[in-house]
Amino acid sequence: MPTTTAANIGSYSSILPEVVLVVGALLLLMIGAFIKQKNAIFMSFATFAILVLAATLLYMQGDLAGTMFSGSFIIDPFARLMKIVTLLSAAIAMFMAYDYMSKANLWKYEFAVLILLATAGMMMMISANDLIALYLGIELQSLALYVIAAFNRNSERSSEAGLKYFVLGALSSGMLLYGMSLIYGFTGGTGFAQIASSIHTGGATIGIIFGLVFLLVGLVFKISAVPFHMWTPDVYEGSPTPVTTFFAAAPKIAAMAMIVRVLYGAFPSITPQWQQIIVFVSIASMVLGAFAAIGQTNIKRLMAYSSIGHMGFALVGLASGSETGVRAVVIYMVIYAIMTLGTFASILAMRREEGTVENISDLAGLAKNDLTMAFLLAMLMFSLAGIPPLAGFFAKFYVLLAAIEAKLVPLAIIGVLASVVGAFYYLRIVKIMFFDEPAEDFVPMHGSLRIVLIGSGLFVLGYVVYPTPLVTAAGVAANSLFK
Amino acid sequence: MGIADLFFYLFSALTTGSAVMVISARNPVHAVMFLILAFINAAGLFLLLGAEFLAMLLIIVYVGAVAVLFLFVVMMLDVDFAELRAGYMKYFPLGATIGFILLAELVVLFGAWKSDGGISVTPKVPIPDTAAITNTEAIGHVLYTDYIFYFEAVGIILLTAMVGAIVLTFRQNENAKRQNIGDQIARTPETSIEIKKVETGKGI
Repeated sequence: MPTTTAANIGSYSSILPEVVLVVGALLLLMIGAFIKQKNAIFMSFATFAILVLAATLLYMQGDLAGTMFSGSFIIDPFARLMKIVTLLSAAIAMFMAYDYMSKANLWKYEFAVLILLATAGMMMMISANDLIALYLGIELQSLALYVIAAFNRNSERSSEAGLKYFVLGALSSGMLLYGMSLIYGFTGGTGFAQIASSIHTGGATIGIIFGLVFLLVGLVFKISAVPFHMWTPDVYEGSPTPVTTFFAAAPKIAAMAMIVRVLYGAFPSITPQWQQIIVFVSIASMVLGAFAAIGQTNIKRLMAYSSIGHMGFALVGLASGSETGVRAVVIYMVIYAIMTLGTFASILAMRREEGTVENISDLAGLAKNDLTMAFLLAMLMFSLAGIPPLAGFFAKFYVLLAAIEAKLVPLAIIGVLASVVGAFYYLRIVKIMFFDEPAEDFVPMHGSLRIVLIGSGLFVLGYVVYPTPLVTAAGVAANSLFK
Repeated sequence: MGIADLFFYLFSALTTGSAVMVISARNPVHAVMFLILAFINAAGLFLLLGAEFLAMLLIIVYVGAVAVLFLFVVMMLDVDFAELRAGYMKYFPLGATIGFILLAELVVLFGAWKSDGGISVTPKVPIPDTAAITNTEAIGHVLYTDYIFYFEAVGIILLTAMVGAIVLTFRQNENAKRQNIGDQIARTPETSIEIKKVETGKGI
């Protein structure tokens, strides 16, 4: 199976969005140092604008496709779609962060700078067409994420989250590098196209398989799939909630896109070898995500397990090893990001006079206090559980369909069962909101949270009416990997 | 056995020996000193391989910066190394097992690599002839051309690390007295001196 060996396009407009992000981060760093901590609104608006500008520039590239920098940077419809989704998720997370961060007295202008730098790292990960570019992208992203996980320096749990993430992340980077060096040693190249052609002619030697396993360990850590998920609940719980919001959407999309690119870019001719690894990781994540979430009382921890489970489902599409499978992964990640951002808008709104709360029991009787919020959150929960006709159902439907087409029926069956188990804890939240004795009121939601929650709720409800744009875009994106 | 072989055995024996001493020395300052010795001998090994640029880099970066930083940390922070060492024997079997597994894997892989007849494909960037071109020149040829993307990315990563370190550790102390040069220059006799007429014999 040949891979994309697109010609060097040599056009700097292909890397312009990354340049905009980095230059924007440097500018904000400079401006922030002079205006000190005062203009938080300006800084967060500027970050939002830079992220949206980068997404617009990507959109304006049209159907530009090809590689740059002697093949280490690739742009194609797949990269473009995933980058736009990543940028918009980051922008929405930033949009919601300001209110919380300033009320919690956590706002520092470096937060905006680090978000921009992390997003630039994600862009590099998505566009990486070479092992070195991939590693640098991962490190740029991760370093910024470690710091913002520990952003609340006065909280022991936030520091713990940052430290835990850092130590485990460093370990996974070590694994990743070990795998990369083995692959380089056995194929003689770091470029994905070169690795692919070397494996195509030389076959899968034991060294390449070894390298592939280590490489996948490092990559799977980044999407927090089982068995490399241990950091997720603690980091989600310990980090300030806007940071968790950011963690839950943008980095996951970028990391998933990166895994898809590595597997289809560099290892297309040994699909059966990596397929079994992905099938195992997928099953383990779906099952753990479904069962471990049941006993949780903290809603951020619950969302951590939920995200582990969802990553398992997205990997089902990848495991099927087909173009429909990749299309399903893309659709899944987009829908997942929108649902998660909406849910986190509600979590950010869980604020009483004395401060924020994050226990599931605090949502009790929300329907009596704020019916709109309760209704929209309930819809999001139904969608996360995968109940038709909401968007989350279609996301699961596409991946399971791809698995069945690839004759992975047992995987699809386990997926359906895990989804049924998972529905329990999503529905429990709905039950608590609608049928339990009302708890104390929340203070009214900030406008930005309301906008995101309503937008997300409308998407989830309306997807069934007009799914074409997303399905078409995902189809084009998936097709570009299989040319 | 040529003179180069002799130096190879000298440098490698010293590297291994001082590496062992790094983890077994009781005094942390001695451990750092042995670390420096290990680095210098490793630099010698690089020289024997004809990689003079890497050798110099190792001395400047690792000995000059990293090891000295370690030394500062060891000497300035009150780290109780005896306490850190307390769990050493407890975790030794686990550590030894993992080390052994990694070693076994390396041996298996090296065997596989040998039996494959080494690298089957020509490397992306062929290593230039060291007799015709120096290491530094060879790196200079690719650093700002083929590898400009990586080079810039590494710069951004280092900046991120710096911003991160400052965010996490820098605390603005409200009570600290700071020098404000603008204020100092803007001072006039009127704002800083108060002239009092003291009546004779009364004091202030």
